[in-house]
Amino acid sequence: MKVSVISPGLLTTIQDAGRQGYQAGGFSVSGCMDQDALYCANALVNNRLNEAVLEMQFLGGTFCFEEETFFALTGADLEPMLNGNRIANYCAVKAEKGDVLECHRAVSGRFAYLAVAGGFDIPKVLGSKSTNLKCKIGGFQGRALQAGDMIPLKRKTPRLLNAYLKEMVPVTYQQEITLRVIAGPQEAMFTEKGLQDFYQETYQVTEQSDRMGYRLDGIPVESRNGVDIISDGIVEGAIQVPPSGKPMILLADRQTTGGYAKIGTVISVDIPKLVQCMPGAQICFERIALNEAVILYRKREKRIAKFCRSIGYCQDNMGWFERKRHRN
Amino acid sequence: MEEIQFVPAGEQGIVMQFGSSIEEKTNRKIRYMIERLQGQKGIVEMIPTFCSLLILFDLHKTNYQKMELMLEKEVDALEEIPENSKKVHYIPVCYGGCYGEDLAFVAENAGLTEKEVIALHAERDYLIYMLGFLPGFAYLGGMDERLFCPRLPSPRVKIPTGSVGIGGEQTGIYPLESPGGWRLIGRTPLLPYHPDREPAFLYQMGEYIHFCPVTEKEYISIAKDVAAGKIKGEEWR
Repeated sequence: MKVSVISPGLLTTIQDAGRQGYQAGGFSVSGCMDQDALYCANALVNNRLNEAVLEMQFLGGTFCFEEETFFALTGADLEPMLNGNRIANYCAVKAEKGDVLECHRAVSGRFAYLAVAGGFDIPKVLGSKSTNLKCKIGGFQGRALQAGDMIPLKRKTPRLLNAYLKEMVPVTYQQEITLRVIAGPQEAMFTEKGLQDFYQETYQVTEQSDRMGYRLDGIPVESRNGVDIISDGIVEGAIQVPPSGKPMILLADRQTTGGYAKIGTVISVDIPKLVQCMPGAQICFERIALNEAVILYRKREKRIAKFCRSIGYCQDNMGWFERKRHRN
Repeated sequence: MEEIQFVPAGEQGIVMQFGSSIEEKTNRKIRYMIERLQGQKGIVEMIPTFCSLLILFDLHKTNYQKMELMLEKEVDALEEIPENSKKVHYIPVCYGGCYGEDLAFVAENAGLTEKEVIALHAERDYLIYMLGFLPGFAYLGGMDERLFCPRLPSPRVKIPTGSVGIGGEQTGIYPLESPGGWRLIGRTPLLPYHPDREPAFLYQMGEYIHFCPVTEKEYISIAKDVAAGKIKGEEWR
């Protein structure tokens, strides 16, 4: 059971929900940029929701299925074709032996995900299959995919219920978005004017945006006495303000610690819509209370659970997610 | 004692801020805190730095308010930290030559001979304040002031694994091949980080590193044993 890579696309890596628990040692979390799309892709082919998938960026790859299986594409729309016929996103599709899946340039969104029934049969490194390009670990030989790679699949005969009959309305990605922010940890280092500008002005996503973080352009955020701090830990969504005053939002491949002040943190629920922004996209920030962010977090989990039920997702696989939810 | 402050880092993180200067006693507090919090309900991960501790938690088991309450109670315990035995890691280093191209520069900058630089660098136990930047990259404190040396004007594209360098007031080991702007003075044949080894890192924050000068011949022999798997950790002496 294998998927062979005919052409890899711009930057295609294997990613899962990320490598947690090793940040104290200096390991980036890595993992899928858009975790909503990861969950949906896996649900559609009845995988565990955090199973590893292929993440493609901007320009998708071409792949050949060496055995019969099912797959699903979520996230950015890469105008996918199977043997030359257009297929839908957010839908489980059957592939026969030798079928060729061709993905193109993204027409909506930026990161797309390919999940294959059963998942990829690659070893976990430090608890995760995610590729960490800087450390050359995880994923497929610790690197981005190349033409000629054969990626082994786990299961011989995909156990798919009727999920492939169902589909989900694809997510459409906006290029003018509002990101909700929890203040801190270093909000106090910025002036009144700085905070006012930050929350009232519009910022643009620049070309200097990658898996590590998105640099924004716009009115510099004014600080009281500079932005240097003694390095501290960084969470996903942290909005760091470097000396230029132009904010940078830190994402999956962020360093574990950093030495610039962080004005706030984008709530986790809003990360998917941010990462799907193309350079030039317009961003506004809205400050919300911590409790509100927690409510939004729980709503998002309910939404994912609802989606899983609606496509007849196998409850055995749902286990870890539901247990997580109900433990509260 | 400076008051410990709590601030949110997103909806799933809390930062414990221990003062605002780099001090050995702050490091001890952070390490002791981590020890006490090990296995606490709801804690997913802890990221210690020079004077703060970032704690990530599981929103299904706890929340910011509960975490803050729990941590406030723990703060009292920091008044009296039990003395821990000091753990020192002895790291063999071949100084100079092709292993440390900038040794001559560092010596000239300090107005010392290369031999004196080596002696000073290998004299002390350096406290590991934190790991970060790269897996297993240790931020060490306590270097002799005479060895302080400005970074390279533009970073090298590739620095070999195990390189020992000086950057400003700090010294450290590159655990992986990577770009970097520090002045290289030597190299260790040990692997500070290996993903397939348990534990993956040779050392942790709060422990100490002591550099031990070795000859090129010794370096090659240790490197061979490391490559053959005969030396897995630091059992080279």
